[in-house]
Amino acid sequence: MNPFLDNKILEVKNLKMYFPITRGLLRKVVGLIKAVDNVSFEINRGEIFGLVGESGCGKTTIARCILKIYNPTEGKIFFEGNDITILTKSELRSMRKKIQLIFQDPYSSLDPRQSVGSIVGEPLKIHRLYEKENDYKNKIKELFLMVGLNPEMTNRYPHEFSGGQRQRIGIARALSCGPSFIVCDEPISALDVSIQAQIINLLLELKEKMGLTYLFISHDLSVVRYISNRIAIMYLGHIVEITDSEELYKNPLHPYTQALLSAVPIPDPYKERQRERIILKGDVPSLLNPPSGCPFHPRCWKAKEECYKEIPILRQVSSNHQVACLQV
Amino acid sequence: MLKKSKNRFGNLGYIFKVMFARKVVIFGSIIIGVFFLIAVAAPWLAPYDPLEQNLRATLQPPSRIHLLGTDELGRDTLSRLIYGARISLLVAIVVVIIAGGSGTIMGLIAGYFGGLTNTIIMRITDALMALPPIVLMLAISAVIGGGLKSILFSVGIVLAPTYCRLMCGQILTLKQSDFIIAANVLGANDVRIIIRHLLPNAFPPLIVLLTINLGTAIMFEATLSFLGIGIKPPTPSWGSMVMEGYRFLVKNPVISFAPGIAISLLVLGFNLVGDGLRDALDPRLRGTI
Amino acid sequence: MDRCSLKPILEVKNLKVHFNTINGVVRAVDGISYYINEQEIVGLVGESGCGKSVSQLSILQLIQVPPGEIVDGEIFFEGMDLLKLKPYSDEMRSIRGGKISMIFQDVMTSLNPLLTIGQQLIEMLELHLRLNREKAKKRAIELLELVGIPDAKIRIDDYPHQFSGGMRQRVMIAMALSCNPKLVIADEPTTAVDVTTQAQLLEIMKDMVTRFKSSLVIVTHNLGIVARYTHRIYVMYAGKIVESGTSDEIFYLPRHPYTIALLGSVPRLDESHPRRLSPIWGLPPNLMDEIPGCAFRHRCLYAAQCENKSLPELKEVSPGHYVRCHLDIIKKDHEPFFRQQDIRS
Repeated sequence: MNPFLDNKILEVKNLKMYFPITRGLLRKVVGLIKAVDNVSFEINRGEIFGLVGESGCGKTTIARCILKIYNPTEGKIFFEGNDITILTKSELRSMRKKIQLIFQDPYSSLDPRQSVGSIVGEPLKIHRLYEKENDYKNKIKELFLMVGLNPEMTNRYPHEFSGGQRQRIGIARALSCGPSFIVCDEPISALDVSIQAQIINLLLELKEKMGLTYLFISHDLSVVRYISNRIAIMYLGHIVEITDSEELYKNPLHPYTQALLSAVPIPDPYKERQRERIILKGDVPSLLNPPSGCPFHPRCWKAKEECYKEIPILRQVSSNHQVACLQV
Repeated sequence: MLKKSKNRFGNLGYIFKVMFARKVVIFGSIIIGVFFLIAVAAPWLAPYDPLEQNLRATLQPPSRIHLLGTDELGRDTLSRLIYGARISLLVAIVVVIIAGGSGTIMGLIAGYFGGLTNTIIMRITDALMALPPIVLMLAISAVIGGGLKSILFSVGIVLAPTYCRLMCGQILTLKQSDFIIAANVLGANDVRIIIRHLLPNAFPPLIVLLTINLGTAIMFEATLSFLGIGIKPPTPSWGSMVMEGYRFLVKNPVISFAPGIAISLLVLGFNLVGDGLRDALDPRLRGTI
Repeated sequence: MDRCSLKPILEVKNLKVHFNTINGVVRAVDGISYYINEQEIVGLVGESGCGKSVSQLSILQLIQVPPGEIVDGEIFFEGMDLLKLKPYSDEMRSIRGGKISMIFQDVMTSLNPLLTIGQQLIEMLELHLRLNREKAKKRAIELLELVGIPDAKIRIDDYPHQFSGGMRQRVMIAMALSCNPKLVIADEPTTAVDVTTQAQLLEIMKDMVTRFKSSLVIVTHNLGIVARYTHRIYVMYAGKIVESGTSDEIFYLPRHPYTIALLGSVPRLDESHPRRLSPIWGLPPNLMDEIPGCAFRHRCLYAAQCENKSLPELKEVSPGHYVRCHLDIIKKDHEPFFRQQDIRS
């Protein structure tokens, strides 16, 4: 039973994000990239919701829609009950305090010309969350300690830190205005293997301490399975399966999920020798020319005739399991 | 693993260290330094008044009384050369500030706001860059008349588009960077993003352009003065000195050669330093990305 | 695992590669020795900066000299010391691509964008196998079909940009195996691609290598890949090999604290939350500093028990299993590691 029910912090309903392709001086629209195509899901307060998919599947685009970096082509996003697709300027500003983002690349996500203390404290300045200069300095030191960094280093510049440390700075920055919801966009993919664990542990610790909710986006299923309560699998702009992490591993229903799980290598030679391997044929189709019907059908071994014609909708198959497949 | 790769960006100490590791850069800076000193100390250095005519000693070859000889009106070439440095450096600095300033602001607006604004500004820039610089300068001078004012304005207009283009390109690239998106997501408004984040990061290539343009501006000033639309006589400017000595190349080549060599040296100095600066900033930037 | 013969085709002895930078000398590879047998798949595992890529590039003398410098070592291949050959000599050229080939991580920059892939393949075949144009083209098409490029006869005349990332990497694999090399070195071949593409590519690589009876070195930081494909593994840290053995030994009986810590810090798909991840605290050492003793000391959980401050040598702890450590660590299964969180300094 899902302990987080009845307390939805985020609801995405029929989200569509289409990017027009223009040609010529007059910018005539000649095509559409359907980066996100009719996606719906919910995230409960206090949970870690994993969003998994390979490149081009649309997971980063969803994140940017939630963060209002893009304006969705269609669909609604409700945050804490409020529709954030239509916001006034001041409502947007106060929303920004509650939803924050941690980036993938610790090297490009920090302004190289700002001291790290000022990077972390910038949200405090933007939203005027302090009264005296001293409060500001103390808050920054507090944040540094919270993420495991030496508070004496606030005057240094980003290039003087390692990748893992910079990611901690990014996390501190995201926390400074006291958000309740953080979108983690591949936060550990660019880090060394031994450092990844440090950041994962830090994120888990902070979640407990500060009562946060995470949308954890990654292509690394091992990490997502480890950290998330529930996981959604995406393929070519569609969500194909949503369930909790245990169930996903034990009972994957969508063929793509099965192929994805089988493709993830496990650091255990014996297990690897025993495993069933599903090797998909071909490549991920281009978003410019998506297949008709189910986006996965050209590579799917279960595909039948109806799969060419109908786009499967995400439907509930058990209390906590949704799949978008006509053959399930 | 180079964890503390020292001072990748923005630390002047390191930039200088890399720059001045090269002998040519040291050489270039010495040249600039020397000319600067000459210009500043002109009243004390020049043996004669540059405007003082001595019709009994015209077109003298170099001698002990006049180290570089005299021109057709008996004025001491050396003194004119020394005072000419003032004009050249003044023009160089002011022009580059005007061109750099206006070009940068236009480029910033075009890059940040994009769309129609970008199209309009960039098309104007393209048009200006398409015209040969001398033609453009002549045209402008024809409209507003000659003299120092004309030089500053026309050379400024010729140089500004490059800054505009460069800045626009920088801004367009930087706009996509994660830390700019981060600033947006944190709730920063446009002004904050432009001043606090975009400008400091877009600047390095512009600095290189600035140093090299100092030399270019001097060249243009000399050209305009040579063509007779620049600095009006009797004020000594290197360009007009070359023009005036043009008629006497056989009799007394020093009048033209001396300022000619001075121009070449100073431009060389700026170019060497500009190159050194670009090399000090560039490979490290490339290597870190 | 498939059996392989025990005859070494490549032997590297005490390889040292330094980089002379403006800030000092970086000891990227600090004395490594290893060997590859016929038809073997060997994994070279380590994190960024440990020297694994540099060591492989040195075999083919692809390091930029300056600032790089191969300071010491011998690389024996087919009876010759490769390091005695000049980088641009004819012998070295015939080895590169012909007898030893490489697959790189970054496919964008590894293929010439101005030539069709057919031209690039044919060029290699003509050069190394001395085939005439017709035969070369035939073989090129065969190779493309083997790596699973559909409509190879038509696509052979396409340019690299007309292929997707995964397809380009397949072309690279075809090129690497085109001239029947004895050894293929794959440097992080799948780091830049998706998981399902990675699975495809690795299967193709394994197929091709088995078919052409070549040996394969996979350089990676992904422990899962080496578990799946390799016979033997070398673990590198700070420019040195710290542990080596069969892949079963390394995964089930790791003896070096770094290997143990590494295995404990990666989340596994088949385990769920209860096992806490044990990160390796601290940072890898700066390779510019001369490290007098063990480079892993300040991150090692067993450091308190280790009194010997000198550099440990490689010891054989069981047949074929070598460890560079003063202590005799045998980690028991599911032994948890917890340590107070350090403050970064």
